[in-house]
Amino acid sequence: MKEIVILSGKGGTGKSSVCSALAHIKKDNILVADCDVDAADLHLIMAPENVPGVDFYSGIIAEIDAEKCIACGLCAQKCRFDAISLYEGKYRVEPLDCEGCAYCHYICPVEAIAIPQQNIGNYFQAESRLGFTLVHARLNIGAENSGKLVAKVKSIAKEQCKKEGKDFMLVDGSPGIGCPVISSLSGVDYVVLVTEATYSGLSDLERLWTLLDMFKLPGACIVNKADINPSVASEIRKFMQKKKIADLGDIPYSEDFPKAIAMGRTLIEENETRWRPVFEKIWKAIEEKI
Amino acid sequence: MRLAIASGKGGTGKTTLAVNLALKASGTMKTVLADLDVEEPNGSIFIGGETVDEKQVYRYTPAWNQKSCSLCGKCTSWCAYNALIKLGEIILVMPNLCHSCYACSELCPDGALPMEASPLGTIRHFSRGKLDFTESKLNIGLEQAAPLIKQSLNYLDENFKDHDLQILDSPPGTACSMMEAVRSADYVILVTEPTPFGLHDLKLAVETVRQLELPFAVVINRDGIGNDELDRYLKAEEIAVWARIPHQREIAELYSRGEILFDKVAAVDDALSDILQRLEGLS
Ligand code: SF4
Ligand code: SF4
Repeated sequence: MKEIVILSGKGGTGKSSVCSALAHIKKDNILVADCDVDAADLHLIMAPENVPGVDFYSGIIAEIDAEKCIACGLCAQKCRFDAISLYEGKYRVEPLDCEGCAYCHYICPVEAIAIPQQNIGNYFQAESRLGFTLVHARLNIGAENSGKLVAKVKSIAKEQCKKEGKDFMLVDGSPGIGCPVISSLSGVDYVVLVTEATYSGLSDLERLWTLLDMFKLPGACIVNKADINPSVASEIRKFMQKKKIADLGDIPYSEDFPKAIAMGRTLIEENETRWRPVFEKIWKAIEEKI
Repeated sequence: MRLAIASGKGGTGKTTLAVNLALKASGTMKTVLADLDVEEPNGSIFIGGETVDEKQVYRYTPAWNQKSCSLCGKCTSWCAYNALIKLGEIILVMPNLCHSCYACSELCPDGALPMEASPLGTIRHFSRGKLDFTESKLNIGLEQAAPLIKQSLNYLDENFKDHDLQILDSPPGTACSMMEAVRSADYVILVTEPTPFGLHDLKLAVETVRQLELPFAVVINRDGIGNDELDRYLKAEEIAVWARIPHQREIAELYSRGEILFDKVAAVDDALSDILQRLEGLS
């Protein structure tokens, strides 16, 4: 089994559209994991069957028992995140500020501070409308530990992929270069980058590649909306050559992208004659690399 | 007035709006724009300008002092992030997992874990015409964006307190880093686009700002693509729409070159005027 992660650095480059098109091409031999847990959108296109989500717990948030608290103020003084303050004569934790370090819990002289585990989101495993399994998740608002939820989605997906005997696991990653992205990289065989021919796209690609280079991961790149700005597109290509990033080809600016999303379709369904050859070629190139 | 520009989904035009609004506003009032999308900041591509100040930002993580350590191993059980492990006769610190809570350092009975500074990122202050612009950039390979956002907001407080308008270009999503950026704002503009992805992620962003009890309005970008589901949702939820920026290939091309839009595209200029008028109405 090979694990391929799709990343973009910048949002809005068409990463999820590319991911769903590739999944469609390989629908009989693939499993898809949506690891953009902060804004998971693939299920809108893949319309998986309705299954109940599984709660995911990670990290803690401090809670002060007002009955036990003797208002010594030690916790408030030690908390580095200013999460504890005096409110009407009692010390209270502001959950949005609490970083979950548990320092206060260890030092409270009367053991008034509990550290319950936090439910930070749910994950789902279900059969998509195209037949393959989709594992996706929903991170709660403002939640920390998105990397942990990504790791969970990946491990569930991997296990299921093996069980089903599928050869490919496709991971739709988060934008950015922070904790969910880093978490989505563990154990990956190949990285497919989707960028766009804009200066923002190029700048974000450069930062993302620096990160991938630290992990020594092999990768290839697709330039979307390539004809929007041919000169930036060629700058991107120069960057790819310099960094030895394989070129998976260009995709022209197309209204089919938003149209397909609006209709809840993959690009292949939107216009089969136009897009099937494009994505079959891209997939073939990926398969040859891994 | 501190205005946060945010969006659940990335790539909806948050930076475009923030940059253009800030430049236009700076014509009539003292304005600062802060790019807080610290993982992938792009504002400077559009703003350029001269560097006024550059500041390295640090974070503090424990460094193990073998000589004073008695190898009791308590630190490894205190750390909530598993950033410390005991391997034989060694305490190994993994700085990337550390959240700088100081618990291990201050609780260690032998004082063997002093905190040491390590680089977190940079904050740069540029100026273009009358606009002040700050860009915060997280060092690559670091996982936590929120501490840099927090320090960037402090930088704004210290340096631009008297500005009439502070605009924050927030990170995408609705997780901790977006929350950190948006929380300190007086008002939030959520940028979205009329597609199911845009709508789905907007709903999450709306839930977030409602939970924070922040007043907000929506700006629709790429108006004309997709369907009318977005409008139906906004109407049902009684959410104000402050402006609509039409879907035009010309805008996408100007954007791709890192150009400012409002002096070239009348529809964008009109949208910005509407937004500024609404903002005036608030204060
Ligand atoms: S757990 Fe840590 S961050 Fe939360 S209130 Fe206690 S000391 Fe502060
Ligand atoms: S340390 Fe314990 S007793 Fe002291 S104020 Fe905090 S919760 Fe109350």
